[in-house]
Amino acid sequence: MLTRLLLLTALVYALPVHALDGEIAVHDPATVIQAGGRYYTYGTGNGLPILSSDDGWTWHRAGSLMSAVPGGKPGPEVLARGGNNTWAPDVIHVGDQYFVYYAAPGTQPKAAIGLLVGRSLDPASPEYKWVDGGPVAWSDGVEDSNAIDPGVLLDPNGRLWLTYGSYFGYIRLVELDPKTGKRLDPRRAPVNVAINSEASIPIYHDGWYYLLVTHGSCCVGANSTYNIRVGRARKVTGPYLDNMGVDMLEGGGRLFAGSRGRHVGPGHFGLLDLGGGVQKFSLHYEADLDRGGISVLDIRPLLWRDGWPVAGDNLTAGTYTIESARTGTVLELAVQGSPVGGFRARRGGPPGSGVLGGGPPGGPPPAGPPPEPQVGPPIAEQDPSQVAANWPANSDVRLAPAMLQAQQKWTLAPVANAGGYPGAPYFRISIAGTERALTATPGGELTSSPFTAAPEQLWRIDQLTDGTYRISSKSAPGTNDLLALSAVGSSMPTLAKFDPASDRQRWLLRAP
Amino acid sequence: MKFSWTAITAFAALSLGTAHAEGDPRGFIHRWRVLEPIAVPGRLTESAVQDAMRSAPMPDANAPGWHQVDTPDYNLNLYHFAAGLSKPTSNVLFWITTVVDSPQEMKDVRLAIGSNAASRWWLNDDLVIALNDDRQTVIDDGVSRRLTLHKGSNVIRAAVINGGGATDFCARFLDVNDKPILSLKVALP
Repeated sequence: MLTRLLLLTALVYALPVHALDGEIAVHDPATVIQAGGRYYTYGTGNGLPILSSDDGWTWHRAGSLMSAVPGGKPGPEVLARGGNNTWAPDVIHVGDQYFVYYAAPGTQPKAAIGLLVGRSLDPASPEYKWVDGGPVAWSDGVEDSNAIDPGVLLDPNGRLWLTYGSYFGYIRLVELDPKTGKRLDPRRAPVNVAINSEASIPIYHDGWYYLLVTHGSCCVGANSTYNIRVGRARKVTGPYLDNMGVDMLEGGGRLFAGSRGRHVGPGHFGLLDLGGGVQKFSLHYEADLDRGGISVLDIRPLLWRDGWPVAGDNLTAGTYTIESARTGTVLELAVQGSPVGGFRARRGGPPGSGVLGGGPPGGPPPAGPPPEPQVGPPIAEQDPSQVAANWPANSDVRLAPAMLQAQQKWTLAPVANAGGYPGAPYFRISIAGTERALTATPGGELTSSPFTAAPEQLWRIDQLTDGTYRISSKSAPGTNDLLALSAVGSSMPTLAKFDPASDRQRWLLRAP
Repeated sequence: MKFSWTAITAFAALSLGTAHAEGDPRGFIHRWRVLEPIAVPGRLTESAVQDAMRSAPMPDANAPGWHQVDTPDYNLNLYHFAAGLSKPTSNVLFWITTVVDSPQEMKDVRLAIGSNAASRWWLNDDLVIALNDDRQTVIDDGVSRRLTLHKGSNVIRAAVINGGGATDFCARFLDVNDKPILSLKVALP
C-alpha cells in the first residue's frame, strides 16, 4: 500500500504546470470554440490546421480546414484579391452556421480576408464541409492597411463585426451580414479603429466594446516581444481608448497579457465564454520554454476588474486554505484541531464566563510599573505530523474559522493522465502531507478518503471573472450534473449546481 | 453585556406564556420544550462536548424541569430562560426538543441551526449536526446533510452547551434550493 501511495504521489507531483496537454503546437490560433461537446481551434499554416479536444485540456491535430473545401484551397476570388497563403483564422457560430475568416496574403500588404461557411465543426459529421464564401475584405498593396489577422464579434444586438489588419497601417472594422457571413454593405468604407498592431478582435462586455490587439514582434521564438493590449469604446466603431485615454489609433493600448513564467510572447486573444459566469480566453505563446521554445496554444481564465479585462492564470499547484466567499469560513477536515504552538491557558474570560483572572480588577491596582511583555521564540507552522496521530481514520469535512491548523491546509495538485477541462487538468485536493483527499459522496455531499484518483476525487477548478474560484467535482456518484463545492451554511460544505448569482459556490484560495 | 432583572422577568413571563408564533416568513421554529440547565464543565472541544452529554443525558419527557417555551424572535435566548428561573447560565448544558409536523414526505431537506455555543442536533434520533467550540449564533451556521422529513411528526432533539456569557439558538429547515420551508407546523400542544 505504501508503495502504491508513493507511486501515486510521484505521479501527481511529477506533472509540471503546462500550457495545455497533447498536440498544441500552433501559431495564430482562432478563438477556441465549443461545438457538440468538443473544442476546436485553427491556426496558421498549410490548409489551416485543425486542433481539437474532447475536454479542452488534451488536444490533437485533426487535419486541415482546406481539405474539406472544394479545390482544397482558397477560392479564385480570394486568390485574386490576396494570395495563396492561409494564415491566422477566426471562427464564430451564428445561427445554424459556422463562419471561418482567414487571411490569404500574397505579397504583403496585398492580402485578403477569405470566408468559409460550414454547418458542423466535426470532421466525422455527415454535414461536415466548408464552402468558399469569397473575400470579405482586402488590401490592394498600396493603401495604408494589410488585410490579415481577422477577428469577429457577434454583438448583443445580433450585429456581426470584423476587424483586421497588421503593422502596415490601420486596424479596420467592417460590418458583416449574420445570415451569410459576407459584407453587409460592400460599398461602405471600413472604419479605422487602431493602428500598427496585429491579431485584433472586438468583444463586448457590460456596455463597452473592447478591442484586443497584439503589440510587439512575432515569429522569432523566445526573442518575440508579442504582448496583448486592450482599449475600450462605447460604440463598436470607436474611439477605442486605453486606461490613460490614449486612442488606439495613436498607438494606445493597456497591457492585458505579457510574458510570464515559462511563456514568452502571448498573442491572438480569443474569448471563450463557457456560460454561468465562467469566461476564459485562448491565445498562443510565441515560445513555451517547457517545450523547447515552440509556439503553443493555451487557455486561461478571463477576469474583469474596474471595467477592464484582466488575464487570469490557471491554478498553480500548492498548499492553500479554501475560504468561502459566502461565509468567510474555511474548508477543513472535521477533526478536533490543536492550536498552533500547543494549548495555552486562557488569561481570563468575559464577565459571567466563570473563567478566573478576567474582568475588572477588584481592590487597589498592583504597585510598580506594568510587567514587560515577554516575547517568545517564533512558533513553527503546524504540520500534520504534529497532530494527525489523533485524527480518526475517516473524517468528514466541514467549514470553520481559519486557524492556520493542519486540518485546514489543502494541497491542490494536478493529476496526470486524468483529463481536464479548458485550460487545466483535474486536481486532487488533499490535506497537506497526507493522503486524505476531498471526495464527493453519493447524494452530493463531501467526505475525505485515501486518494486513489477515483473520479469522485478529481476536481475542476475554474477561476471566475471576479477572481474567486469555482471548485467542481469531475463526477459525483449517482449524478451526471456538474456539482460545485457550496457553502450551504457557515459550517457546512456540500455539492450543488452552480449559481453564478450567489457567493455560495465562490471560493478564495489563499496561502495559509 | 448586562441584563437587567426587569428584562429577564419580562422574558420569563413571555417565554413561559402561551404565545405561539407560527407562519414565520423565514421558517424559524418558535415553540420548544427546554430543560432547565444542567451543570457541566464548560469546555467546548469535541471530546468535552461528548463527555458532557454522557454525564448529563436527556431525561424523559415526564422528568421535572421541562418548560414549554415560545419565542417571538428568530432565536430562543437560553441565557434569559435560565436567568429567569434563577439558574446558572455558564458551564451548563441545555436539552431542547420539539416536534414538527410535515404535511407530506419531503426529501433533500436540511435542518439548519445556529447555536451559542457548541451543540448536537438529532432528527428522529439520527445525529445530523455537531458544532464544537465557542461560537455565536449565526443563522444557518450548522446545516445537516440532505434529509427526509416524514409525513406527520418529526422529532428534533438538541443539546446546547455554554461555557460563559450569552447563550441561545435558532433552527429551521431548508428545502432543496436552500430556501426556508414554510409549510411545517410545530406539533407541541
